[in-house]
Amino acid sequence: MKCKTGDWVRIRSVILAPHERAASIPDETRAVPLEMRVKGWLVTQEAAIGDKVEIRSTLGRGYHGTLEAHNPPYGHDFAAAIPELLRAGEELREMLAEADGEIA
Amino acid sequence: MKSVDYESVMARRNETMLSALGLDYAPFLQHPVTFDYEALMAQVAYSLDAVREIQACAGVGDTALIELRQINRLVRKLAPKGRGARIFVKDEAANPSGSYKARRAALSLHHAKASGFKGAVAATSGNYGAAVASQAAMRGLDCIVVQEVFDSLGIGQPEIVEKGRACEVYGAEVLQLSVGPELFYQFLRVLEETGYFNASLYTPYAIAGVEPLGVEIVEQMKAATGAAPDAVICTHAGGGNLTGTARGLIKAGASACKVIAASVDLAGLHMASDTDFNRKHFTTGHTGFGIPFAGWPDRTDVPRNAARALRYMDRYLLVKQGEVFYVTEALARLEGLERGPAGNIALAAAIALAQEMNADQTIVVQETEYAGAGKQPSAQLSFARDRGIDIRRGDPEDEVPGTSVVIPDHPSRLKLRDVDLPRVRKSLIRKAKGMMPEGSALNQEDIDFLAAETRSVPQFVRDCLKAMSDR
Ligand SMILES: Cc1ncc(COP(=O)(O)O)c(C=O)c1O
Repeated sequence: MKCKTGDWVRIRSVILAPHERAASIPDETRAVPLEMRVKGWLVTQEAAIGDKVEIRSTLGRGYHGTLEAHNPPYGHDFAAAIPELLRAGEELREMLAEADGEIA
Repeated sequence: MKSVDYESVMARRNETMLSALGLDYAPFLQHPVTFDYEALMAQVAYSLDAVREIQACAGVGDTALIELRQINRLVRKLAPKGRGARIFVKDEAANPSGSYKARRAALSLHHAKASGFKGAVAATSGNYGAAVASQAAMRGLDCIVVQEVFDSLGIGQPEIVEKGRACEVYGAEVLQLSVGPELFYQFLRVLEETGYFNASLYTPYAIAGVEPLGVEIVEQMKAATGAAPDAVICTHAGGGNLTGTARGLIKAGASACKVIAASVDLAGLHMASDTDFNRKHFTTGHTGFGIPFAGWPDRTDVPRNAARALRYMDRYLLVKQGEVFYVTEALARLEGLERGPAGNIALAAAIALAQEMNADQTIVVQETEYAGAGKQPSAQLSFARDRGIDIRRGDPEDEVPGTSVVIPDHPSRLKLRDVDLPRVRKSLIRKAKGMMPEGSALNQEDIDFLAAETRSVPQFVRDCLKAMSDR
């Protein structure tokens, strides 16, 4: 997908390569780079996903990185109900209904 | 130009942090261990009433106190005769950014603006970022949030993603990082580049901002029941929530009220692990923060942490992830309140604790937080299930963090699990001893300080020190 100047995009960059990372962290974390993602308005004239680009953040600060997505969705949602919890809710209601009159 | 490699930036950390705080920590750094904590808190130049007024102007605080009548009936049904304390909850979700964190941000950002800063930077995994962004927006200040969001595959669990979205909604520039404590390096770089205020969670401002929560609890409980509560339960991570609330309780005269911490048990999961990152179904209020911060508070972005929870903690209870999801369901079904995860950690502990207390006693769960997409059990557990976590009904005691979530098959499964506080106290004392230079010993003043730090007595400190040197 082509993005053009002024599009709201997300870029990605490497902050620390694996060999630059702190010594005290677990091996699986030190095996991968510390990466940063930031969103902003594309400054570069025209770019495709994977290109090196420049953006301006909402505060007007400049960032360079690899173009990763055009206006990416947040992606999280409510997902599906959890049947185990639905059942638990019904049981609790029943317990209280039974307790009517039993407790003050 | 200053070099910005990891070592150089970290080497400048103290000067960077200090110039970004507008506070003088020098008087509190003269001794490796001992300092005047009350004098640190007194750096806040506002009285309690002034703090309340500043917060009221920002729409913060004065939240409702709700008695959980249906849950209390359930507790009475489960408890032995004569037992079953009444539980009340403080509805902190009503704050502008949806959590009590607005209290911490409100006073900090007021101070930042008054000190002439043009913007604020916060390093946080979540609710606090949204709170800072919201309070900055109100004051026309810029806000940058540096947040740990993704694993190395670019995947973030739903609650973290939601917290990042919330920061963006309030206009913050959000720097989303993959897993690792070197987030602090990026945070320092942003402070250096911008000269903005370090909206740390751990300044005296951030803690004084929570004190009105404790005061409101006492006022509202007196109005509702005629007396201050017997116990207040605080969801505990970095310790500011408990510290500020406890200080407020004391300021309101409720010194006899027990202050109890509650965290979700995530034993076995490493907080800096790229692979464990998305196997946690809670993003705060868990033992990954709670235990280390109780045992040693000075592990933050300020030279002396104003959140010193062990000073105020009478008891520290652990709950299981499955218990909190169960209680979240109960709160919605029985009380008609859909609320986010953090407050429900304390609520799960309260339901177990109430059964041990007398029927004429009261407990306050001191917060709720907002429930948005990503924060619900449905989002968390669906994400977990997709990643192979075993979710089942049963005894939560069998839960293995990162492998299973066990939702209680009966409310009587909610249990009290005490953290061994004497052990936490000893570990703080050992660490303090280790901070002393070769050949110098802790004197009486230091021992008194450590007794206050650990909510113990000088004799306990002396005994611990003796046991350590005998070994
Ligand atoms: C809503 C909410 N409750 C409780 C906590 C725990 O507070 P603290 O870190 O001060 O112990 C947090 C912080 O992470 C939070 O966001």
